[in-house]
Amino acid sequence: MVSDRPASLSISVTELTKSYGNFYALNAVSIDVKAGEFLTLLGPSGSGKTTLLMAIAGFNRPDSGQICFGDSDVTLMPPHQRGVGMVFQNYALFPHMSVFENVAFPLKLRKIATQEKNQKVMDALNTVQLSDFANRRIDQLSGGQRQRVALARAFVFGPTILLMDEPLSALDKKLREEMQIELKQLHRKLGVTTVYVTHDQREALTMSDRIAVINDGEVKQIGTPREIYNRPANSFVASFIGESSFIPLARDAKGGLVYNGVTIADMPSGQSAKAWSLVIRPERLSMVAAKAKIQSSKLYFKGIITELVYQGETALMMMETGDGETLIARMNTRSGDDIDSLAEGQNITLSIDKKDIIIIPGGAT
Amino acid sequence: MAKGDQNSRGALGAKQLRAAERKEAAMLLALTIPAIIVVALIIIIPVGWLFSLSFLDETGQFSLANYQKMIEYKSYLRVFRTTFNVSFLTTFLCILIGYPLAYFLSQMPRKYVGLFMLTVLLPFWTSLLVRTYAWLVMLQRNGLINNFAIDLGIWDTPIKLAHNLNGTLIGMVHIMLPFLVLPLYAAMQRIDRNTLQAAANLGATPIQTFWQVFVPLSLPGVVAGSLIVFVLCLGFYVTPAVLGGGKVIMVSMQITAILEDQFNWGAASALGVVLLVATFAVLALASRFLKLDSVMFGRH
Repeated sequence: MVSDRPASLSISVTELTKSYGNFYALNAVSIDVKAGEFLTLLGPSGSGKTTLLMAIAGFNRPDSGQICFGDSDVTLMPPHQRGVGMVFQNYALFPHMSVFENVAFPLKLRKIATQEKNQKVMDALNTVQLSDFANRRIDQLSGGQRQRVALARAFVFGPTILLMDEPLSALDKKLREEMQIELKQLHRKLGVTTVYVTHDQREALTMSDRIAVINDGEVKQIGTPREIYNRPANSFVASFIGESSFIPLARDAKGGLVYNGVTIADMPSGQSAKAWSLVIRPERLSMVAAKAKIQSSKLYFKGIITELVYQGETALMMMETGDGETLIARMNTRSGDDIDSLAEGQNITLSIDKKDIIIIPGGAT
Repeated sequence: MAKGDQNSRGALGAKQLRAAERKEAAMLLALTIPAIIVVALIIIIPVGWLFSLSFLDETGQFSLANYQKMIEYKSYLRVFRTTFNVSFLTTFLCILIGYPLAYFLSQMPRKYVGLFMLTVLLPFWTSLLVRTYAWLVMLQRNGLINNFAIDLGIWDTPIKLAHNLNGTLIGMVHIMLPFLVLPLYAAMQRIDRNTLQAAANLGATPIQTFWQVFVPLSLPGVVAGSLIVFVLCLGFYVTPAVLGGGKVIMVSMQITAILEDQFNWGAASALGVVLLVATFAVLALASRFLKLDSVMFGRH
């Protein structure tokens, strides 16, 4: 449907720093986005993710560092020359124009002939399923429809890069989940390099090719959703994405990491951290029957159930181990498992495959 | 049976709810009574009295003579034309000067806005009479401006700045400016900055963004401010009287003249009524083409 597939460009951000007084919104951030990739900047509010997006769009000038689109340095280029499409958090539609005029705006500026312009606008509106709404005023649209207009306006002129600043945050949960899938399909169709900002970890995991986790103006980890979830590099990533239990580890004479008298890993090489923690994802824990054989491939935790919360498809359990650590476990409520037989105050043994354990430097955040 | 039970209970509930609503409405009405009394005392009764006076002749008989005179004598028509011309020119000049000023205010960092706003508001808080006579001192033949300009060699002979239309306009524009700048500034503040960023992002140069997005979005403020200025100008008295030097006769000055010279309340009232009707006509015309509600009160 979109005839002239836009060539997508890579983005390369090098050592970008932006400070406001003593506060570093961005602290020497470097990120490379491959051409055609869907990269999500994920972080809590105030982490610097929006500052980074605005720097890529050209709305704030960094103190130092460099931004390149493909081979060209755009660090000092004003926003209107960058040719990137952007979807704003509040959509930023022009209230004095109709849906059609909003989408036609970037084409009008590029002096595209009327016929071609009309064709492109209608194509874009078709893509976002709003072709029947072309003549509506913006204030006659619902939130989801406005979001689609903003999207159509951002890609109608065939930008090589598409930026989105929490575009779904104003929508209700159901619509948001639908739009996540639609945005992903659209990205596949357009093939345009996309940088997406969100604070919603599930959204990031759902949509991204890669995720850059950002906090305190720094990139904490960058990787595919699986890498980020299964192999968090530090305690911030482990606690921000997914639920985690943190257990401090002791060291043996050879420097190996020890939990409960058992050496579970060698000293990770090339790391200088003094303290190390074990990170356990709640859904990786399973219940151990009283008479089951101890397996060397597993790590065992014995303790008392302090809390048991039934949540439909899963149940959440908090367990206190003998040495006072708290573990969170998420149990399936399938009939095969014995959730119903459990009660608070009961003794229980949980196990985890050693390949599922995560070891990170530092303590819990 | 259960259903009937529910219905009767529902009906009882509805009755009580309606009673509660009526009580609330009565309460609200009671709260507005002081305001209604004030409006009646200082607006409706005097205006009504003037209105009735305008239909009476010297002997106290009903007559349309006061209005007939207004059609017969060309001088009345001239006064109305002057009033509308001066009001229109003042409004136009206010937009010309006030728009850049409001834009300047809306673009500066918030912490400095207060200071600059003060420079707009300070004259606003000074007595109208003081400001008007201050302009007279500045503008007259041997006033500050003429002396200064001649000393600097900008012009050789004094220019007639006061006691004519020039002086009237300068004084009125100065006095009316805050009435335009304040609503305009408010409207500009309401413009979502993201829409300006979006325009730039979509390829608009700063100048294109200004004309194609900022100006259209600020128009409600221009309209609101202009209407206020125009309507206030229609009834303006002090400034044209002092700075116009008798050469710019506005309706309000004509009313005073009739009262002072002829002590003719009927004729003066008739002029007042026509001015009031003309003002309402302007507002009605404006509300026909614009959503006055949203312009005046920022409703969308």
